Amino acid sequence: MAAGQQGAIMGFVHRRRRGAELFLLVLALAVGIGAYAAVGIGVEGEVPVDLLGYGGWLAGLVVAAHVVIRFVAPYADPVLLPVVAALNGLGLAVIHRLDLADGTTFARQQLTWMTLGVVLFVGTLVVLRDHRVLTRFTYTSGLAAIVLLLLPLVPGLGKTINGARIWIGVGPFSFQPGEVAKVLLVITFAGYLVLHRDALALAGRRLLVVDLPRGRDLGPILAMWLVSLGVLVFQRDLGSSLLFFGLFLVMLYVATERPGWLVVGSAMFLGGALVAWRLFGHVRTRVDIWLDPFAYYGEGTSDQSYQLVESLFGMAWGGLLGRGFGEGNPERIPYAESDFIIGAIGEELGLTGVMAVLLLYGLIVERALRAALISRDGFGKLVATGLASVFALQVFVVVGGVMRLIPLTGLTTPFLSYGGSSLVANWVIIALVLRISDLARRPAPSVGDSAGEDASAAETTQVVRLP
Amino acid sequence: MTMNKPIRTIAIFCLLLFVGLMVNATYLQYHAAGDLNDDQRNRRVIDAAYSRERGAVLVGRDSVAVSKPSEDRFEFQRTYPQPFKYAPLTGFFAYQYGASGIERSQNDVLSGEDSRLFVTKLVDLVSNDESEGGNVQLTIDPAAQDAAYAGLTALGQGTRGSVVALQPSSGKVLAMVSLPTYDPNKLSSHDFTGVRDTWERLSGDPGQPLLNRAIQTTLPPGSTFKVLTAAAAIEAGLYTADDQVPGGATYQLPLTSGETGLIDNEGRACGTDRIPFTLAMENSCNTTFAALAGEVGAEQMLETAEAFGFNSDYLQDLRPQARSVYPDELDAAQLGQTGIGQFEVRATPLQMAMVVAGLANGGVVMRPYVVDEVQSADYEVLDKTEPTELSQAVRPQTADEVTELMVSTVENGTASPAAIQGVEVAGKTGTAQSGDPDRPPYAWFVSFAPDEDVAVAVVIENAEISRSEIAGGTLGGPIAKAVMEAVIRQ
Repeated sequence: MAAGQQGAIMGFVHRRRRGAELFLLVLALAVGIGAYAAVGIGVEGEVPVDLLGYGGWLAGLVVAAHVVIRFVAPYADPVLLPVVAALNGLGLAVIHRLDLADGTTFARQQLTWMTLGVVLFVGTLVVLRDHRVLTRFTYTSGLAAIVLLLLPLVPGLGKTINGARIWIGVGPFSFQPGEVAKVLLVITFAGYLVLHRDALALAGRRLLVVDLPRGRDLGPILAMWLVSLGVLVFQRDLGSSLLFFGLFLVMLYVATERPGWLVVGSAMFLGGALVAWRLFGHVRTRVDIWLDPFAYYGEGTSDQSYQLVESLFGMAWGGLLGRGFGEGNPERIPYAESDFIIGAIGEELGLTGVMAVLLLYGLIVERALRAALISRDGFGKLVATGLASVFALQVFVVVGGVMRLIPLTGLTTPFLSYGGSSLVANWVIIALVLRISDLARRPAPSVGDSAGEDASAAETTQVVRLP
Repeated sequence: MTMNKPIRTIAIFCLLLFVGLMVNATYLQYHAAGDLNDDQRNRRVIDAAYSRERGAVLVGRDSVAVSKPSEDRFEFQRTYPQPFKYAPLTGFFAYQYGASGIERSQNDVLSGEDSRLFVTKLVDLVSNDESEGGNVQLTIDPAAQDAAYAGLTALGQGTRGSVVALQPSSGKVLAMVSLPTYDPNKLSSHDFTGVRDTWERLSGDPGQPLLNRAIQTTLPPGSTFKVLTAAAAIEAGLYTADDQVPGGATYQLPLTSGETGLIDNEGRACGTDRIPFTLAMENSCNTTFAALAGEVGAEQMLETAEAFGFNSDYLQDLRPQARSVYPDELDAAQLGQTGIGQFEVRATPLQMAMVVAGLANGGVVMRPYVVDEVQSADYEVLDKTEPTELSQAVRPQTADEVTELMVSTVENGTASPAAIQGVEVAGKTGTAQSGDPDRPPYAWFVSFAPDEDVAVAVVIENAEISRSEIAGGTLGGPIAKAVMEAVIRQ
């Protein structure tokens, strides 16, 4: 049968859209390089002397990524890379702006990390031609994740920064292994759940709102999850604990298609939060600050909410359009280049800038979920959904914390915040999503042509060509 | 396809998360922004106000406070070209310690936020300029201010006192000087370490240099209050200026016996039994005015005092002001003491200037004011203060008769140092005990020129010479004279 007819039967065939990606990349570079130039003009009154070198490096990185995608993932989603490039470029510019105020050199280091991130991004796409290969590493990556999470507790290796022991120090570099563990756990959960989803969904007894699976089906994954969660709670990393809890819940729900898990999960979350509030002083402090930050700000108080209130003041001061680069005082916010970068953006780029950033994040999540929807294999669906929800949750937890929507828990703002581990891990996440979307959007191989079988077989069976 | 249904649910969940963030961002940066920007602890707003080009404070044709471009992180530096002389009026504009004086009470105009500048603001908005602050033109007469400052500083280092001159017909403040004073440039500097040292030195100084004594301290007015007692007695119809009033070497206050309730005249001649009203005023006879207060009665004394401004706040464009007090619910002995400005009577120098200005203005007390005009940054007059009447304190006839008594006091009595060749001057001295026997008494002097338009009050808190009644005249008289001359000569 002719290929055209088969296409009609299969319906819609995705186009590659690599030209659109290139066009969007130009826009993204205009954002990143333009912001860098605007910082120079706003803060120092002149276009930065290294604008060409900086812009060239940034452009070189993303164009290299684009070219590699053309070759190894031609059908990948065309929106993701430009959105990520725009966010990363904007983040660099804002970090550079804070560098100028504080006399630090975080932007330079961040550019180095971004380079490493793009290298790993390219590496992931080149090496991993089919994401299903990862199902072979279900338990390995789970073990690796737990080892990584435990690393900061090793004496001599771990470092305590701002009360949380979630860092390891290698020479002059600090690394947050939790960021990488996040990706590994998604792979573990997805690999396990796709294998056991039928058993989990169907075998077992009904208990209240949910069909409780058999212990031998749920046990291993539950154990792995509890260990990682326990480690994080022990390390006082509230943000990551919340993230991993949400991640597991979402993936369990998607794999089993049982909404009851959400009810059980929410109840568990509320219970856990209450217990944590009762048991841990630092959790209570966070909640108190969230309820009334102004009572813990200024002279005569503990000043514990200094960071949050300065950020709120900054965002209010920014208003709708922002003060403009160099016209605000984002350097008043401690760690503005890290967790509180959205406060710096809100002050100098205003509500407009914050909305733009949120929309970009929303686009990443939407694109990843779209890849999950059209993916032809369960593992791809689960990985893409997991990565999308971990991303959405992280943005919500950190941005919501900074804006006092929820109590503050420390997490980095993906692609914007200064921090190597986070940046590198997020570039790998995008590479994985691109790989899944590439396979999903790739036209199904015309089995009829190659094997000479009849059309009815092609209609009922989907064959995905392996590289 | 399998799993797509939960994925869609998750998509909706993620959408809700982002909508939540966006709603929250809008709330924070739009709806709640105003309240957050108004927070006293918000240094960003303070920084911005501190960097902004503020309007000038003008006296005559000169600026006494002006913003000059600055090279550091703040764009403008507030400077005060005649710092010590005008500090009590301009106040300071300090980063860590806020502002005072005109800088504080006229902040809306100076910073450009006042609605009267709205036309300019709209133009600024269209032309995308930074909104410029408006100028404030003070009512101060530079010559009078110079004379007052020179006269008070001539008394020597460590002098504590103040001078207020009013234009009786309008209530314009023509001069306002307070000593000890300070250099507001040192508090408004961008060298914050230096500012902190200066602030600590000034606020720890027992002389309280940051205080504008002319409006922020109340003192017993002593004998200058006899002017008001006389006005009350004449207004009540008890006497005229030509009548005989009670005299005598001593006066026993009602309800008292012995030394504590006995009032004397510190050796001045006040006759026996009855003496002319003019003589009683000339020689500042305590016995006479203590008796007069009793005759007028507590109610009538209170009414007259309040008509001149006691027990109320009237200064609207320079804040804060201390409230002058005439006490309520007096017994007969206390009433007698208030007649000579003792007991709990307390007045600011401005208040006593208002009393004589009211007499000079035919009994009509005008509301005092220091801001004459509000101008745009281009010196275009946007608003000019209209003089307003505070009260008709006494009848014109009463005012004339008290004036007669005070003119006589300058010509023949204790207030002679204020006499000006060829100009009729009315005046009254005063000396008030500070309550602490170790501290020197307060020397007062009030005067006005009935044919001219000026009234002056002078207070020296540490009159180091003698405790005699003459102190007010010898110290304050020449200063009052110099200020009146400065106004009259123009």
